[in-house]
Amino acid sequence: MPGHYYILVSLALFFIGTVGALLRRNALFVLMSLELQLGAGSLALLTFARGLGDQRGHVVAFFVMALAAAEAAVGLAIVVSVYRARKTIDLDAISELRN
Amino acid sequence: MFSHLHMIPLLPLLGAAYLILFGRRHSRGVVQTLATMAVFASFVVSADAFFAGLPAVVHQGGITELVYEWFSAGNTTVDLSLRMDALSGLLCLVVTFIGTLIHIYSAGYMSHDEDYPRFFAYLNLFCGAMLMLVLGDTLPVVFIGWEGVGLASYLLIGFWYKENANASAGKKAFITNRIGDFGFLIGMFLLFRATGTLDIQGILDSAKGGGALTAPLWWGQSVAFWAGLFLFVGAAGKSAQIPLYVWLPDAMAGPTPVSALIHAATMVTAGVYLVARMSAVYMLAPAALAIVAIVGALTALFAAIIGFAQNDFKKVLAYSTVSQLGFMFVGVGTANFAGGIFHLFTHAFFKAGLFLCAGSVMHAMSGSGDITKMGGLGKKLPWTTRVFQICWLAICGVPVFSGFFSKDAILDGAFATEVYGHGLAWVGPLVGSMLLLAALGTAFYMSRLYFLAFSGPCRADEHTQHHIHESPVSMVFPLVVLAAGAILSGFVGVPPAIRELFGKHGESTLAVWLEPAVGAPLEIAHRTEWLVMVFATLAALTGIGLAYVFYGGGYRSPAHAFAKKFPGLVSLARDKFRIDELYGVLIIRPLQAMCRIVFQVVDRILIDKILIGGWAFVVDVFGRAFRFIQAGDVQRYLAVFAIGLAVLFWITARPAAPDAVRFVVEGNTVSATVVDDEAASGNLTYSFDFNGDGIADRQGKMPNATWTFSGPADYTVSIVVEDTRWHTRRTIKRDVEIR
Repeated sequence: MPGHYYILVSLALFFIGTVGALLRRNALFVLMSLELQLGAGSLALLTFARGLGDQRGHVVAFFVMALAAAEAAVGLAIVVSVYRARKTIDLDAISELRN
Repeated sequence: MFSHLHMIPLLPLLGAAYLILFGRRHSRGVVQTLATMAVFASFVVSADAFFAGLPAVVHQGGITELVYEWFSAGNTTVDLSLRMDALSGLLCLVVTFIGTLIHIYSAGYMSHDEDYPRFFAYLNLFCGAMLMLVLGDTLPVVFIGWEGVGLASYLLIGFWYKENANASAGKKAFITNRIGDFGFLIGMFLLFRATGTLDIQGILDSAKGGGALTAPLWWGQSVAFWAGLFLFVGAAGKSAQIPLYVWLPDAMAGPTPVSALIHAATMVTAGVYLVARMSAVYMLAPAALAIVAIVGALTALFAAIIGFAQNDFKKVLAYSTVSQLGFMFVGVGTANFAGGIFHLFTHAFFKAGLFLCAGSVMHAMSGSGDITKMGGLGKKLPWTTRVFQICWLAICGVPVFSGFFSKDAILDGAFATEVYGHGLAWVGPLVGSMLLLAALGTAFYMSRLYFLAFSGPCRADEHTQHHIHESPVSMVFPLVVLAAGAILSGFVGVPPAIRELFGKHGESTLAVWLEPAVGAPLEIAHRTEWLVMVFATLAALTGIGLAYVFYGGGYRSPAHAFAKKFPGLVSLARDKFRIDELYGVLIIRPLQAMCRIVFQVVDRILIDKILIGGWAFVVDVFGRAFRFIQAGDVQRYLAVFAIGLAVLFWITARPAAPDAVRFVVEGNTVSATVVDDEAASGNLTYSFDFNGDGIADRQGKMPNATWTFSGPADYTVSIVVEDTRWHTRRTIKRDVEIR
């Protein structure tokens, strides 16, 4: 399979993630979309690492995974505490800092 | 012993630092002992350095110690170096010796004050700074000491800061001194510009060779004149000369030991020291010397007249100090540097003694210094009275006492000096005559002080009279030592005319010692010396006699009659000729008015309203205008972020057009090839401009072009490469040389 197919998959994932993060109104789905974007980035890194024979890409991909885990933990904690306080996780309803 | 000079200022400075930091933890006795020992140890080191190294100190031009190189810029190096020659050594001994005595005295005088650690710390700070000033071998080091003593003086004048008058007297002293310091700085800069060094010895050597310092600077006067004049402004500030003398009488607000040490014996003489130190520079500028002498004589006379009518014990002594400093300036101003320093030396003893007597008297009089309420203290304060009598006779210039010899030396110099040359020859006799009058005045006001305070019946009220008592031993002991100094210190400078009577020849010890530092003593005819001695003694005795007629045993009828006949004159002198009020009208009030205007216009309107308020207004308007962007919707922010990132990415990550060109020159023909590493050539268009006329000479998709120039010259070829796909463009400019 030619290498650029992986890049295309990565692009598609990143696009889906971006659209999801921008358009979904549920905070949980936004978080999931962010995870998609991170996954797309990792995939691109791995593809180029293999294609160029440079191991640094693998290392960064691992790093991204660790980061994603931490982000998910913090993000979910925030979502939970927002839900406790406001009984909703609809991003349209959470706009206290308007103006 | 040569390397111990740095200990001299260091010991008191360490004492000051320790007492400021930890003084409160110690008892009164420990604090007093520490402070006194710091200065006394400094005295021991000074004496050791001075007397152990006597031949080197006196005859080989002094000993120098380089503590460390302070800073260096370009060709200029400023060292923290100290130097002891006869001049600075003498001053060192005076400062540390009298300093020690006054520390001892202060132990008794300040025995009721709670704030003693602060007091002794400041006194030590003063001694350290003064020694730095005296020993400094470069002008910046002298200046540190100069400012240090100013600071210590300010702190000590306002020592009892809870009284507003004391605090403002301190401020007055400091600000007046700042005016003088400005002059000092300018003088220093002028000397540096002319000689390229700040090292005192370097400047003096340069001055002895004439050279750069004699070059005209402004209005046809030489650098030496202006430098000398500006240094004298500094000296006039520190040494309380017209027109900057006004701070010294007010400085009496400080504790009396401070008045004795700082405002009589040592700090105020720093100006005289400075002029003597820079003697070689002044010798190049007789006109500057004439100004020094005339200002000194005017001050001597003027302050003496004010002294006639003062009714505060310390104020009389303060004006007396101003007047005596005038004498010293006449001494140095007539190129009679040894004479001026001699008077500085003797004055330190008798004036410190007089001030300490004043302290003792005020101690006895429950703190009051009003001489109209004194009288008859002679019997009640036997020791103080004896000491005062000796110092009084010394300052009046009665023969055998020290003041007689030193005042004589100055008068001799004034009448005999030939430094001014033809045009200014009148200056010497003029200032000499003024000083004779001032000497008469001195004898009069000092005798008035003596008679009113110590003779006749006591005019104080019952309660105060009951309390009058002699001071404790710690106060009397320094008095006695100073009295001995007031008698004996004159004998180091006995004039040649008298030395001859005792079978000795040549100049006095002091003049011989000072010769390497300040130049040879003046040649004075013996006839002049005898004449001056007779006239000076007559002036002194006349002054004392007049004062006895007016005030012997209290206020007598001539005094009342005189006051009734010339009430205006008396009140004018009592009001110090209203100079303070004059300065108030001429300088202070216009300055305050200007400050108020600046405050209202610049501060209130320009800064507060326009600069600060204006910016706040702009920020506020923009904030109101743009806050709709802050929708509080995190996804909208995310979208903006994404778009911004995309734009940034577009700008930075798209491929750039190539910028490498290869030139081949053959004769007059140049061929240029743009090298495209990216091999994106399909999208690139090139335009070549060989002759620099702004019009493309070759254009198209070809990366290379050839051009033949008309003749040899330097040409600038510019090539514009445009990438049609990524919309980037690059302009390459290259100089081509055709030979």
